[in-house]
Amino acid sequence: MTCLPQAKSGAKKLGLVIDLDICVGCHACAVACKEWNDGGDFGPLPDENKQQREPFGVWFNRVHTYDVENAATKQQMTVHFPRSCLHCETPDCVTVCPTGASYKRAEDGIVLIDEDKCIGCKLCSWACPYGAREYSEVRGVMQKCTLCVDRIYNETLAVEERQPACVLACPTHARHFGDLGDADSAVSQLVAAREGYALMPELGYQPVNRYLPPRPRRDQRNAVAKAQEEKIDLDQLPPLLRWVDKLLSR
Amino acid sequence: MAECGQADGCMRYHVRLLWSHPSRTPSMPHADLKLDTPVGDTIKTTTCYMCACRCGIKVHIKDGRIRYIEGNRAHPVNKGVLCAKGSAGIMQHYSPARLRAPLKRIGKRGDGEFEEISWEEALGIATGWLGDIRKTDPDKLAFFTGRDQSQALTGWWAQAFGTVNYAAHGGFCSVNMAAGGLYSIGGSFWEFGDPDWEHSKYLLMFGVAEDHDSNPIKTGLGKLKTRGAKFVAINPVKTGYAAIADEWIGIRPGTDGLFVGALIHELLRNDWVDFDYLVRYANAHWLVITAPGAADDGMFVRDGEGRPLCFDRAAKHTTHASAGGIQPAIVGEFILADGRRAVPAFQLLATRFLDAEYSPAAVAERCGISAETIKRIAAEIADVAFNQAIRLPVRWTDSSGIEHEEMLGRPVSFHAMRGIAAHSNGFHTCRMLHTLQLLLGAIDTPGSFRYQPPFPKPIPPANRPGRTRRDNGALDAAPLGFVHGPEDLLVDANGKPRRLDKAFSWEFPLAAHGMLQSVIRNAWAGDPYPIDTLFLFMANMSWNSAMNTTETMHMLTDQHANGDYKIPHIIYSDAYTSEMVAYADLILPDTTYLERHDCISLLDRPISDADGAADSIRQPVFAPDRDVRPFQDVLLDLGARLQLPGLVDDFGAAKYPGGFPEYMVKHERAPGIGLLAGWRGIAADKRGIGEPNPEQLKRYIDNGCFWHHEIPASARYYKMANRDYLAWSKGLGFIGSPDPVVLQLYSETLQKFRLAALGHGKQQPPEKDRARVARYFDPLPFWYEPFEWSGIDQKKFPLSALTQRPMFMYHSWGSQNAWLRQIATRNWLHLHPTTAALHGIVDEDWLIVESHHGRIEVQAKLHAGVEPNTVWTWNAIGKRRGAWKLSDDAPEHAPGFLLNHVISDVLPDLTYANADPITGQAAWFDLRVRIEKAPTHDNAAQTIKTSINSSMNSIENSTSATP
Repeated sequence: MTCLPQAKSGAKKLGLVIDLDICVGCHACAVACKEWNDGGDFGPLPDENKQQREPFGVWFNRVHTYDVENAATKQQMTVHFPRSCLHCETPDCVTVCPTGASYKRAEDGIVLIDEDKCIGCKLCSWACPYGAREYSEVRGVMQKCTLCVDRIYNETLAVEERQPACVLACPTHARHFGDLGDADSAVSQLVAAREGYALMPELGYQPVNRYLPPRPRRDQRNAVAKAQEEKIDLDQLPPLLRWVDKLLSR
Repeated sequence: MAECGQADGCMRYHVRLLWSHPSRTPSMPHADLKLDTPVGDTIKTTTCYMCACRCGIKVHIKDGRIRYIEGNRAHPVNKGVLCAKGSAGIMQHYSPARLRAPLKRIGKRGDGEFEEISWEEALGIATGWLGDIRKTDPDKLAFFTGRDQSQALTGWWAQAFGTVNYAAHGGFCSVNMAAGGLYSIGGSFWEFGDPDWEHSKYLLMFGVAEDHDSNPIKTGLGKLKTRGAKFVAINPVKTGYAAIADEWIGIRPGTDGLFVGALIHELLRNDWVDFDYLVRYANAHWLVITAPGAADDGMFVRDGEGRPLCFDRAAKHTTHASAGGIQPAIVGEFILADGRRAVPAFQLLATRFLDAEYSPAAVAERCGISAETIKRIAAEIADVAFNQAIRLPVRWTDSSGIEHEEMLGRPVSFHAMRGIAAHSNGFHTCRMLHTLQLLLGAIDTPGSFRYQPPFPKPIPPANRPGRTRRDNGALDAAPLGFVHGPEDLLVDANGKPRRLDKAFSWEFPLAAHGMLQSVIRNAWAGDPYPIDTLFLFMANMSWNSAMNTTETMHMLTDQHANGDYKIPHIIYSDAYTSEMVAYADLILPDTTYLERHDCISLLDRPISDADGAADSIRQPVFAPDRDVRPFQDVLLDLGARLQLPGLVDDFGAAKYPGGFPEYMVKHERAPGIGLLAGWRGIAADKRGIGEPNPEQLKRYIDNGCFWHHEIPASARYYKMANRDYLAWSKGLGFIGSPDPVVLQLYSETLQKFRLAALGHGKQQPPEKDRARVARYFDPLPFWYEPFEWSGIDQKKFPLSALTQRPMFMYHSWGSQNAWLRQIATRNWLHLHPTTAALHGIVDEDWLIVESHHGRIEVQAKLHAGVEPNTVWTWNAIGKRRGAWKLSDDAPEHAPGFLLNHVISDVLPDLTYANADPITGQAAWFDLRVRIEKAPTHDNAAQTIKTSINSSMNSIENSTSATP
């Protein structure tokens, strides 16, 4: 079994903050992720049956769309939900690993897989309740989101480009990347302001990633303007008359 | 929680392990990461072509292959972001479906049997066919391009060839939005105008699953919602954008005009109207002659110089309507010096929309929206426009020379596209929406809809369609343009259509984008005349781009008794083995978008934004590894072989032997105006207008393959009447004169056609079209029932059926892609749970969808986010067996399907094309159906059953049958 690094206070906890209020479910993040990582240090992300009946491949990030109903208000919502590794603070996917292939970095909390050590036993994917890990039959190893560790520290990239591919690609800017261990970071402040939440915290894995919930929708229940009382009765008064003396200038 | 049909990913079942026994300390493979090594060995910038959005991209190349494609952060369109299609471009570039060499048909048409031939042989065949046509009757060539973005070249080429039968795909896409906008406000939604994302406080979006301006809209919505503005989606289907709206209003398809009309009714009834705006920037006060039966009835009162007049309440007489310092009347009846009577245009408009016909209560049931909701939305937009107006501290001068200290903004914005457009009442609905914007004073003000240069343009735009051939065989103007009156129509002495698609005829007078969707039927039927060669580029007309796909395939293969094909020759150019390939006689294989030069020109479909003008290029990132050539190069080569004017020099030698990149730089459309606006002039110091610069492409490449020129701060709003903007626009060659563009609430252009239909003037419609023209050429917008509805028993076909494309495949003709198909390999028919229950249908049941035109058997998926009287599916996921190099068992063939089979291309009574009577826009969304549970279905059969009630023959088919 594999050890987690010693938790240090003030340690970096790199992760993603995903705004469900503005995610339109376009899959841009998923494909950008696939493309970056397929050719990256943790690739390839093999595809099978590319032109056949059941095409499937390894993706580090998938987007699901759900119809949901608020139990209290009965309000129907459609929610687009991008799903990838949450880089938990105390993940069982690491501790169950019999070979030390699955590990969590001490310096920034990123959970990675050492493919040379992975024996493809899939214990980690059974341990992860979030479905974040994908097994590649072709390569015989488990694969998962790396937070683009081969990108975010690449010194040849401009500083603003040292972010995960999914964050850079997201057209609505629903994805944010940063240090959630630092309460003053932009991402931590965003989480505080928007009441960002961790996914299924009751399981105890302490996910680092946060989701920002959809903002309250301003529909008919909390409309700002009310329809006015009838100003004129169209049956009684020729309506055009009121504009006869309208003083306009040009 | 039920996962709805949008994504196909699987969620596995997971069990939390109850034991945990840490014992080992891991090593760190990431220590080996080469973090000081660049991503690739080369980076090339170019422009994405996975859809019409045209984002800037950076292609990282490693060892001669694509390592990674990313958005260009400096690019004005996407500012670094990239959509799913853009990132999947790598799979498109390496697609196994790429064509490899020119092909000549050796089997029967539709069988897909070809032999590879040399380019010399291919061009020889094409030159032979086209040369014969040009010598006899150039109109026998029908040259139609699809989702093409090089119309600045293709339209010019068609003009040089001399055929009137040219268009791109706008007729089946969204010409109602283009024409509705250009004939009303001199600009349009499309990708030619957008909401003021920085300042808008309220956005109403009609339809729009995704749009041409794909990434800018997504970025804008993110910005808008993050700022706390309200976003309302009016859409029968709640997917994508509508899913993040504050309020989703599930309207019934085809009734947007009733809803908008009722909003107008409410604004007028409550006096929530920006009258100052209407008399300053629109023609609300222009006097309209009221003389029923007379030849000038409904025309504007004009002075001796042709200037429209209004009634000045201060001076108590008529005066030039654009004069300054007057007090124009907006209601009242005025008797002119010659005794004629006239009323201001606004009075006619107000009278129409104050009528109870447009009251919320009158429209509510048909729209599926309660009267209370309509009233509330009207109150909300009025509240934002008038009580929450914004003022930008920017000085500007209007076209009358009056200086303003600030810019007043009505921060209500609108966006609409195909949801409104793809109906037979779409043109008037679009005009009505612009009317609503005008009443709010919400066009090109801070916070409202904004024009993108080169718009606004004069109304209607100046260029008329070419009509006559010069001595050298070329047309006198490009085949597409804007008709100003009956005299501009392309009809013969008897009023019969001169174009194969019947655009610009009395049937579809303002068909500014042509009618690609009618070309194959008309060519097959020889109506109005037979043609010789159909030449298509990037238009999948035997499949998802065709209405009535089953019969279209039959028309393409139909033969005369002597064995000759009814459409004698078909030439097709595409980069991939799309469905259309099998139906052509000669294939000219194009390159991928990373293997060629392209030009995204301001003469064609600009990529400007509201703050600046922009254009861009593509440069080849790779040389093709197949025997394929860029289509534009081939077209220039063909033109030179045919000795077309402008394509050869005085000695008959090719004028652009260097192909399209040479043309992009050297060709001048007018003195100093070419395809690219940036870095013109020998010193590269001129913009818009300037002599050709041989170094121009290098300057573009050095700048990331785009040019962007900002509008001065004083000129960014009120562009239709902003002196600085109009001067700026004229200086760049966008407009001919700096005169203001007066927004046309009341359209005299439409009235000219109505008068002709009522028996006035030299050009009058044939009897069969007379009543139709008189009814639909109403100078004020109005709602009428979609044509298909009126032609069928609506009780028998109670449901509307829609198709839309998912964002990850939107507008991408090459969308069949190894990664994108992992997101969805098949489509379903989505229906509301209530509707499903009514028919005893549950998830994954097979059901029969029947229209007046035919039946198709498909699989159901329940979706609460749809208006209960509507069913819908994703379009263009279904593919034909044999195409796209998919295996025979691919789900795209079945259970994936194409709803187009049951969408008729003609009206139920077969009188006209199933299209808008003004613009010829294909009325895809007028489709009405009934559904029933299929009695049995053999899942193993892997076919989709269709049957068509043909006007030709009865066609029983299985769309997935191997050709």
